[in-house]
Amino acid sequence: MPISLKVNGVERTLECDTRVSLLDALRDHLDLPGTKKGCDHGQCGACTILVNGRRINSCLTLAVMHEGDEITTIEGLGGPEDLSPMQRDFVSCDGYQCGYCTPGQIMSATGMLAEARDGMPSHVSESLIGKANLSDAEIAERMSGNLCRCSAYPFIREAIARNTEQSQ
Amino acid sequence: MSDSFTMNEAQPRLLDTTDQGLIGAPLDRPEGALKVSGQATYTAEYHPEGMCHGVLVRATITRGTVTGFDETAAAALPGYLGLFHGPEFLRNPAQGMAGKAPTQPGDRVAYHGQPIALVVAESFETARDAAARIVVHYDEQPGAPVDPETAPSEEPDDRTVQGDLDAAMRKGAATLDRAYTTPGHAAAAMEPHAALAEWEGDHLTLHGALQMIRYNKAELADAIGVKPEQVRVLAPYIGGGFGSKLGISAEHISAALAARALKRPVRVVMARQTVFDAILRRTETAQRLRLAAETDGKLTAIGHEDRISNLEGEGFAEPTAAATQFLYAAPNRLVRKTISRNHRTPSGSVRAPGEAVGMFALECGMDELAETLGICPVELRLRNIPEKHPETGQTFTAHALAQALREGAQAFGWDKRTEPGTRREGEWLIGMGVASAARTNMLIASSARVTLTRDGALVETDMTDIGTGSYAILGQIAGEMLGLPIDKVSVHLADSDLPGASGSGGSFGASSAGSAVFLAARKIRDELAKRLGCAPEDVRVDRGQVTGDNKKAALADLLVEPIAMEASIESGETAKTHFSSGFGAHFAEVAVSEITGEVRVRRILGVFGVGRVLNEKTARSQAVGGMIWGVGSALHEELSHDPRTGHIVGRDLANYHVPSHADIPAKMEVRFLEERDDHANPIQSKGIGELGISGAGAAVINAIHNATGLRVYDFPATPDKIVQGFMEHGR
Repeated sequence: MPISLKVNGVERTLECDTRVSLLDALRDHLDLPGTKKGCDHGQCGACTILVNGRRINSCLTLAVMHEGDEITTIEGLGGPEDLSPMQRDFVSCDGYQCGYCTPGQIMSATGMLAEARDGMPSHVSESLIGKANLSDAEIAERMSGNLCRCSAYPFIREAIARNTEQSQ
Repeated sequence: MSDSFTMNEAQPRLLDTTDQGLIGAPLDRPEGALKVSGQATYTAEYHPEGMCHGVLVRATITRGTVTGFDETAAAALPGYLGLFHGPEFLRNPAQGMAGKAPTQPGDRVAYHGQPIALVVAESFETARDAAARIVVHYDEQPGAPVDPETAPSEEPDDRTVQGDLDAAMRKGAATLDRAYTTPGHAAAAMEPHAALAEWEGDHLTLHGALQMIRYNKAELADAIGVKPEQVRVLAPYIGGGFGSKLGISAEHISAALAARALKRPVRVVMARQTVFDAILRRTETAQRLRLAAETDGKLTAIGHEDRISNLEGEGFAEPTAAATQFLYAAPNRLVRKTISRNHRTPSGSVRAPGEAVGMFALECGMDELAETLGICPVELRLRNIPEKHPETGQTFTAHALAQALREGAQAFGWDKRTEPGTRREGEWLIGMGVASAARTNMLIASSARVTLTRDGALVETDMTDIGTGSYAILGQIAGEMLGLPIDKVSVHLADSDLPGASGSGGSFGASSAGSAVFLAARKIRDELAKRLGCAPEDVRVDRGQVTGDNKKAALADLLVEPIAMEASIESGETAKTHFSSGFGAHFAEVAVSEITGEVRVRRILGVFGVGRVLNEKTARSQAVGGMIWGVGSALHEELSHDPRTGHIVGRDLANYHVPSHADIPAKMEVRFLEERDDHANPIQSKGIGELGISGAGAAVINAIHNATGLRVYDFPATPDKIVQGFMEHGR
C-alpha cells in the first residue's frame, strides 16, 4: 500500500507490502542503509531512529503505521563532510570499532539527550522530577538498549558526555 | 609475489629512525566519518538491479536425512522464485584458514538448525513467509548424542607429558586440584552474516561479511566447483567478526548457487537466530587444573586437562590449555585434551580460542594457590615466570609479564587490597583481583602493494578491517615510511583482486599485513635512494624530503615516474628458535551485593606488552574491547542447549547476554609498555585484540573472591551462584 513519510526533512512516498518493517523500508526501499539491522527483534538497538523526535527501534514497527510521521535517520544528522558534533566526537573518542552499531548508538544518544532535556527520569535517576544530571551512570543506563559487541562502551559514553547540556 | 621476505632473523628497527610522527600516534580512523554518518557500506547494503532475496530453511531434527521438500504452499505465494538445495550446500562454516570447502553433507543433517535449503523470492517478506511454508520430510535417526558428558569422545595424541605430575602433586607443600566449567559462547557480531552474489557469465562477485578474503575465495571456488580466478570476494566493511566470519558459510554458497540458477543477484542475510544456530560457536569446556608448589611458591607441577566438543569431522579443537603451556615454569607438566563428538552446533574460533576460557582455570587456580600459600597473587606469578618456553625450550621474544604485573599493581593501588570479605560499602562487598594475560603471537604470510605518486600513496591488499583498525594502521605505516602526512595516503582493502594478506584472525592481521605494507614501502625507499643516488641504507624519507649521502631532493621531484612495489612476508627461522607472545596483567575491582549476588565491575586496568604500538587509539580500543569480553564471559555469557536435541536455546541477543553499557564502568584503563618484538616481524609489533580478553575474566572472578571469600568454578558467575555461595557459607 502507499505510504508517505517525511524522512530527514524530505517528503518520501513508497508503495510497500504491509509486512515491511520501518527499518526495511528505510534500508531496502528508500536507499537509506545507514540504519542497521542487528537482530530484527528490538534487542540490540542498531536500528534506532527518531520518529517525531523520539527514539525507537525501527525493526519493531511496520512502515505502514507511520503515515505522515517525521523520521530522522543517521543520514539526516550529518554527512561525512558535515558531521554533527556528536558524530565528530564518536570519531575522535573512537566510540566505535566495526561501525555497525554506531548509527544506532548516535541516534539513540541524540534521542536520549532530548528525553533528559524534557525531564524524563531513568531507573538510576535520584529523583523522578526535575532535570536529570547526566552522569556516566545515567548515560550508561539510558544507553543500555544499544549493544556494541566490539565493546567501545567507555568511548561511546565519553563521546556522548561531551554533548550533554552540562558539558556545553 | 616474486621475492617473499622470510623472517629468519631479528630485523633492524627502521620505524624508530623515521620522523614522520605517524607510527603509534592516536590518529582517528580514516573511515570514521563514513561510519558515523551511515555511509560505510556493509554487505547487505548493496542493491544491484534485479536483486532478489533468500532466506535459509533449517533442519528441525538433530540427525538424519532429508528425504524431500514440499514447496506447494510456498510456491503459491506471488513473487516466489524457488527452492535451492543440493550437494554443494555446506554442513557448517569453514574453519579459519581452511582454504577449501568445509563438509558438504548432501542430504545429511548433523545438528538442529543446520541450513538445508534456500528459498528465494522477489522480496524479503515473501521469502521469509515462503521459508516457513516449506515442508521438509526427514528420515530421522533418533538418539543423537548431544551431551558432551556422555557422548563418545576421542583423545588427540598431541598431549604434553613432562616429569611426573602425580608424584609432584603428592610431594607438593601446597597443591590445588580443581574442576572448572565454562559454557559455550557466541561471537555475536553486530552485523548478521550476509552475502550478496552476482554472476556475470561464469564469473561470480560475492560481497560477504568475511574476515579472510584470500582463504574465502579459495573456499568458495572449491565449494561451488569453479576456478578461484572466476571468483571475486569483496568485504570493505564488516560489522564485527571475532572469529565468526573466518570461513565461508551457508549464506555465501546458497546465494552463489541461487544467483547462478536464477541469473539474478541474490542476497542472503541470516536472521539473528540463524546466526546463533548455524555459525560456529565457542565450545563449552570442562577443565581440571592441578598445581603443586613449594612453600616459597615455586611451582613444581602444572596439569591442565580439558574436555571440549565438536562435530565429527571438524578439525578444530579449542586449544584450552594454550597459555598453560608457556605461562609458568614447573618441571612436571601434563596437558591433555579430550574431544567430545556430539551433535550440537559445531564449534570453531571465537575471540582468543583457548586462552579466553582456559585462562579461567589457570588464573583462578593460581589465585587460590596463592591464598593457600599465603603469598600475594602478584608475587606468586612473578616467582614462576619461566626463562625459556617450558615445553619447547625456545627463547622468548620480548616478555613483559613481570613488568606488567609490577607496574599494574602500582598503578591500580594493589597495596590497598584487603583480606577477602573485609571491605564493605553498605550492602556491597568490594574486592580486587589480578590475572596474567598471555596470547601467542603469529606471523601469517601476507602481501601488499604500495604505489607512490606525486599525489600521495595508495596501499592495496585484501586484508580486512573488522573494526580492528586496519585502515588506520596500514596507512600510518605507509605514510611513516614514505614521509607523507596521513591525508596523502589511501588504503584499499578486502578485495580478492588485490595482493593476498593474512586476513583478520588470531590477532595476527595488523602485524602480518602491516609488515607486507612496510616491506613494499621499503622497496619504494630503495628505489627513491637509487633515484637520489645514495645507498639504500643511507636514505631518509621524512616530511616530503628525501635525503642521503649529503644529497637532498623533494619527494615530488623524484616521482616524475610513479613507483609501485609489491612485497610479501612469511614466517621463518625466528618462529622456530623463538617464541613470541603478548603478555600483560589485568587488575579488576568489583562490588558484590550481599543481598542479590549481583556483581558490578567498578574498574579494570590492563597493562600489556604488545611490541610496537601502531596506533594508540585503535590499540586501546582493541584492548578494552577484549577486556569487556572478559567481563562478559566472567559474568553473563552462556549458551544453553536443549538436552533432548542439542538445539541452542536463548538464541538471540535478549537471551544471550553480551555486556551492555550498564554492565561496563567508564574506568576501563589500558597501559601499553614500551616494547619492541625484534623477532616477531620487521615492524616489531604483536597482536592486541585477543590479549585483552585472555585472563580478563579471571581477574573479575578473583576480585569476586577477594570481595566475598567465595570461589566460583562454574562460569559465568551469575547472581544465583553467588547467592548460593552466600547461603552455603551461612551469610
